[in-house]
Amino acid sequence: MEGKEKDPLFSGKNIKLLTDQINRNNPITVQVLGICSALAVTVKLKPALVMALSVTIVVAVSNVVIAAMRKYIPDRIRIIVQLVVIATLVIIVDQVLKAYAFDVSKQLSVFVGLIITNCIIMGRLEAFAMANKPWPSFLDGLGNGAGYGIILIIVSFFRELLGSGTLMGYPVLEKIGIYRIGYENNGMMILPPMALIVVGLIIWFQRSRNKSLIEK
Amino acid sequence: MEHYLNIFIKSIFIDNMIFAFFLGMCSYLAVSKNVKTALGLGIAVIFVLVITVPVNFLIEKYVLKAGALVWLGEGFADVDLSFLTFMVFIAVIAAMTQVVEMVVEKFSPSLYNSLGIFLPLIAVNCAILGASLFMQEREYENVLEATIFGAGSGVGWLLAIVGIAAIREKMKYSNVPAPLRGLGITFILTGLMAIAFMGFMGIKI
Repeated sequence: MEGKEKDPLFSGKNIKLLTDQINRNNPITVQVLGICSALAVTVKLKPALVMALSVTIVVAVSNVVIAAMRKYIPDRIRIIVQLVVIATLVIIVDQVLKAYAFDVSKQLSVFVGLIITNCIIMGRLEAFAMANKPWPSFLDGLGNGAGYGIILIIVSFFRELLGSGTLMGYPVLEKIGIYRIGYENNGMMILPPMALIVVGLIIWFQRSRNKSLIEK
Repeated sequence: MEHYLNIFIKSIFIDNMIFAFFLGMCSYLAVSKNVKTALGLGIAVIFVLVITVPVNFLIEKYVLKAGALVWLGEGFADVDLSFLTFMVFIAVIAAMTQVVEMVVEKFSPSLYNSLGIFLPLIAVNCAILGASLFMQEREYENVLEATIFGAGSGVGWLLAIVGIAAIREKMKYSNVPAPLRGLGITFILTGLMAIAFMGFMGIKI
């Protein structure tokens, strides 16, 4: 492996780390990580975006930190070390949100704190950052954050559009004038159960396009 | 007394951890393949919740809240440590999980083996931290309320995971469309169960 010590920053392998997570190795629909928060914040598009951004930041930065320290962390206490790093980052994110986006932070309520126990972050730290250099770990973190974000955005797009008839708070359906011909918002979409069913449908769609993901 | 019963019922059925807040979904999806393991994990979760929620409640009340340190002396009246909440809660939870793990390993090695990796992962089960954070947000008044809330949430979680495990055991005999098999159908089943649980909404004792 002559290219090992001088891997270019955006080599094919590194780009793959970034893009693989969005579809083939999506954290939510394929790795089944981080479902908890993914479903709860998707009633509206805006909190979902903020959540996706926060998770991406935390997973990317904690991946870098852990990857940089990986040789010095004793194996037995690594979970505690990881939790401390994650919790510190989440506290920072929480304080920033409270300072600059208070209403969104109120909407997200406990789910900002729950980023700590988001399995995506722990899962990626265990599976990737503990065994790789900081730069690939950073890309892996970004990729996973993006994969997570895409599902959040798809789910919240449909739930907000069909449930409240708005997008980012903007009354799209009212402007089109669809209510005049007797259309009604589907109140069911706002309720928790529909988040599960929408994710189930996304999985169905993704797996029917991508046969290699089908479970036996 | 009725007040406590109300908190208990409410946290089991109406504010169910899985169906209303999706907390603890990771282990819920992964360990729900058969009823026996699901039951074991559910009991472990109840146990951890009943311990951690009141402990975190006391820490919150006497250490972390704004002005909570006043019992140390007048000079501490305006100390506000609430930004440390996440860190302290997760530390308590991680420590308690370790204790539970040791207890289970000692008294029921077979359960310990079948739970495998998911026992230490209770520490990062969102339902546990979630319960502590909800306890903080809803401002329960005393330790008893907090404990009852913890127990109720745990029982609700147990009901959910045992229910889905039972359904998944039966699903083996059904002809599910191939792309939907496994994860997809589990999501949709959970959604349907959640709709059923919404029937409890509005119950008050």
